[in-house]
Amino acid sequence: MCLGVPGKIIDLKENYMAVVDVNGNQTEISIRLTPEAELGQYVLIHAGFAMEVVDETIALETMQYLEEMLQYE
Amino acid sequence: MNNGKKYQQDLLEGILSADENISLMEVCGTHTMAIAKSGLRQILPPHIKLLSGPGCPVCVTSQGDIDAIIELVQNEDIILVTFGDMMRVPGTRSSLQEERSQGSDVRVAYSPLDALRIARENPQKEVIFLGIGFETTTPAVGLTVQQAREEGVKNFSVFSVHKMVPPALELIFSDPEIQVDGLICPGHVSAVIGVEPYEILAQKYNRPCVITGFETLDILEGIYMLIKQKQKRQARAEIQYRRVVKPEGNPVAREVIARFFEAVPARWRGLGVIPDSGLKLRDEYADLDARKKFNITEMEEVPIKGCACGEVLMGKIMPAECPLFGRGCTPLQPVGPCMVSHEGSCAAYYRFTPAKGRS
Ligand code: SF4
Repeated sequence: MCLGVPGKIIDLKENYMAVVDVNGNQTEISIRLTPEAELGQYVLIHAGFAMEVVDETIALETMQYLEEMLQYE
Repeated sequence: MNNGKKYQQDLLEGILSADENISLMEVCGTHTMAIAKSGLRQILPPHIKLLSGPGCPVCVTSQGDIDAIIELVQNEDIILVTFGDMMRVPGTRSSLQEERSQGSDVRVAYSPLDALRIARENPQKEVIFLGIGFETTTPAVGLTVQQAREEGVKNFSVFSVHKMVPPALELIFSDPEIQVDGLICPGHVSAVIGVEPYEILAQKYNRPCVITGFETLDILEGIYMLIKQKQKRQARAEIQYRRVVKPEGNPVAREVIARFFEAVPARWRGLGVIPDSGLKLRDEYADLDARKKFNITEMEEVPIKGCACGEVLMGKIMPAECPLFGRGCTPLQPVGPCMVSHEGSCAAYYRFTPAKGRS
């Protein structure tokens, strides 16, 4: 239930709303819990709200590992 | 060999080289799912035990609360909005899904904001959002309450069964019957609460805690970090899931929880009443509190006959040790909530264990 999905902020709107891209699907979420989130950043989304800004450097490292593993399999 | 595969292999070798007995508990339903799916339990030697804990908010909701909610939706002026996982959870007499097929207006939403929109669109009805979830979800519900207040929406309220994770972990660590050497701590709850609550627990009970992500690689790394601490006789709180969880958590989200909710004793299925583990709306928001608005008194707790969810949630038995597992109780015909919820231990074990390994 505490599942979160990462999405990229592609538009910032009024009232702490933002449009995010999640795997090619666009949805509107609230960024009231992460007011520091900027355009182009990845956020972790849960129940219509961004919970946290994802640290891209660390995420890329992990993603790279994961990708390499998938290729290898 | 490439880096990722090599790293995974190194981690696994590190884990397999541990010769001491160790049992680790995961306390997040998403971990329960991910671990079951990865097949890790089958790979690990018997002296490294992975237990599942009370990490599924649906599963730990008390029977009395579920019965109270089911009773509420029989009122035809009420629209109940909830997350999908709640629909099939059995109450003493029926489930929300059954009530809906009997004509009750029960709707599934992805965000509490959807419930507020439904309230705006149906001014002649009372719309109740079933607020369920741990620290990850509660801030979203708090901000929805704020918006309802700002917009002056009068026909909206929240039935809060929200709970907090650390008090349940404390209960588990302090129960002499439960042998848990370390905790695989929930990634997304921790994105809100940060590392401090686990530091307190790790010190007090002298057992390591590692906040872990949800990919198999994350989980392997989390287990590895716990085993290393145990070997070095350390008991610290560490973060493996660094790409999301900051040591300080999310202070904005914590402030929202504190502004709208206050801690109260709450009944957890299987764990009993835990002091200061539940969250009720503060008195300033009584008009938005469904329990007050509809005068709901606590219902009697009628346990489901034969269901061992309580012991499963405490890590005292494995799902397959329940006499009903796979016999009277399957995901298609669930007896207890642990078999209903996606993230319930029984459902996760059932789905990912080959039929012959189930008994
Ligand atoms: S197998 Fe079914 S009856 Fe047994 S503990 Fe799990 S949910 Fe309850």
